[in-house]
Amino acid sequence: MAEPALSIRGLTKVYANGFEALKGIDLDVAQGDFYALLGPNGAGKSTTLGVVCSLVQKTAGSVSIFGIDIERDFARAKYHLGVVPQEFNFNQFEKVLDIVLAQAGYYGMSRRVALPRAEELLRDLGLWDKRNGTAMMLSGGMKRRLMIARALMHRPKLLILDEPTAGVDIELRRSMWSYMRRINREEGTTIILTTHYLEEAESLCRHVGIINHGQIIRNTSVRELLAELDTETFLFDLDKPLNYTPSIQGFEVHQVDAAQLSVAVQRGQSINDIFAALSEQGIRVASMRNRANRLEEMFVSMVEDGRAESHEKGGRS
Amino acid sequence: MNFTQTAVALWTLVAKEIRRFTRIWPQTLLPPSITMTMYFIIFGNLIGARIGEMDGYSYMDFIVPGLIMMSVITNSYSNVASSFFSTKFQRSVEEMMVSPMPNWVILSGFVLGGMARGLGVGAIVTVVSLFFTQLTIAHPLLTLLVIVLTSALFAVGGFINALLGKKFDDISIVPTFVLTPLTYLGGVFYSISLLPDFWQSVSMLNPILYMVNVFRYGFLGVSDIPVGWALLAIFAFIAVLFGLALWMLENGKGIRS
Repeated sequence: MAEPALSIRGLTKVYANGFEALKGIDLDVAQGDFYALLGPNGAGKSTTLGVVCSLVQKTAGSVSIFGIDIERDFARAKYHLGVVPQEFNFNQFEKVLDIVLAQAGYYGMSRRVALPRAEELLRDLGLWDKRNGTAMMLSGGMKRRLMIARALMHRPKLLILDEPTAGVDIELRRSMWSYMRRINREEGTTIILTTHYLEEAESLCRHVGIINHGQIIRNTSVRELLAELDTETFLFDLDKPLNYTPSIQGFEVHQVDAAQLSVAVQRGQSINDIFAALSEQGIRVASMRNRANRLEEMFVSMVEDGRAESHEKGGRS
Repeated sequence: MNFTQTAVALWTLVAKEIRRFTRIWPQTLLPPSITMTMYFIIFGNLIGARIGEMDGYSYMDFIVPGLIMMSVITNSYSNVASSFFSTKFQRSVEEMMVSPMPNWVILSGFVLGGMARGLGVGAIVTVVSLFFTQLTIAHPLLTLLVIVLTSALFAVGGFINALLGKKFDDISIVPTFVLTPLTYLGGVFYSISLLPDFWQSVSMLNPILYMVNVFRYGFLGVSDIPVGWALLAIFAFIAVLFGLALWMLENGKGIRS
């Protein structure tokens, strides 16, 4: 069996102020996977990835990249790794082309080899026309794409993206998704993504890990996770406002406003029954949609369960 | 990394550093040239004419080596201190940390970049001095060796300062309150033989005195202190500071949480 692209065992991180950010994380990401690491702010996502990228010093545990223990041969492991961090981390006064060429140079790529690669990536990511401008002249979305181009210069087999589409408009986000899908599918690049846009994770990723309070609370396929979803909430936009909340037998109905109803649908129930009940009451539906995307509902319920659990534990101590 | 890859990585870093200080030449290369021209005019020409000879040489000839050395020290130090601190501040140090580049290459790249600026400014000041005096160099190889070693030493010092610095103020404290006084008191403008015995002994604790004197020996063939000891001291300082800087990098001091 092929070595996992990333294997983490018993990873612990205690910061100097005593805060235990990671409490013994175990995680495997298979080669070629598109993996989402999800969790609320402060859950430990960036710390985990920081250790993998050598930006954070671990307290205990082990990390292997394509079977190479970072403790033993970090330099060799780093050749397989490309990193797109959450914050912009390039010199704003440098030219776009110089930034990507310098990164290639740090990996030992000569300018002769790096220049065509830089052109290919900057063209793919729509930055070739900006190559001679300084990075500070780029828009937020362009800066994010510049970091993706920089991370891919040395053709890493594992790409880590820490909130790559934060603050990026929808159109650009979708074009970045299609680019990430392409390199995952065509070049076989394993991608690990953290994001707060759960629609992004649901749309792109095959597997998902949910981290909360420094522990992995779920690690499974997106499909399996969604199959566990017991309840989905749908919003019904009505063609006329109502001054009462209609009742539908077997469903929990809330009136969001005069012209919108929110209905919770349990697994096994049919949306057809809602339409039928509303029609019987002379209520016409103009449109319908999910209140949140499905992964988001699952994520929120799991994180809230975790929160309730930790409150209970806190109450006992 | 194999030898070629390491050489490419090192050159990438050095070229980047050289590109940085040449791009902002009005901040990096022009000011020291103007300041040193002022020193030559005021101290060398106007006041120096009244002082007469120092250690058997005209005052202008006496201060030229010291002023070149002062420029090299200040610029080698401040180039690395400000460049590496900015790299930390803008987090672009992460570009290097995630790469397979060994720590000694990162350190050497910044140090060589700092030396390029220090020695570049030294060359400019030397050219400026030719408008005021005729330079003769008694021991050219020794002169070159001392200036290169001194530049390396202070570039490493600047790197350590930047690693330890948490805010921009932290990288101006050492040049202002340590380097400048030690340089002025390091025999740039006077021979320590003019001082009373007690202050001569105190001056011997100043490392910059040794560098200025050996450098002046290279030019004029006169020194207040033994040349061999001074060279040994410079080598020892470089070895200790380079080792310390490397240890700090390996352990992520100032750059890893």
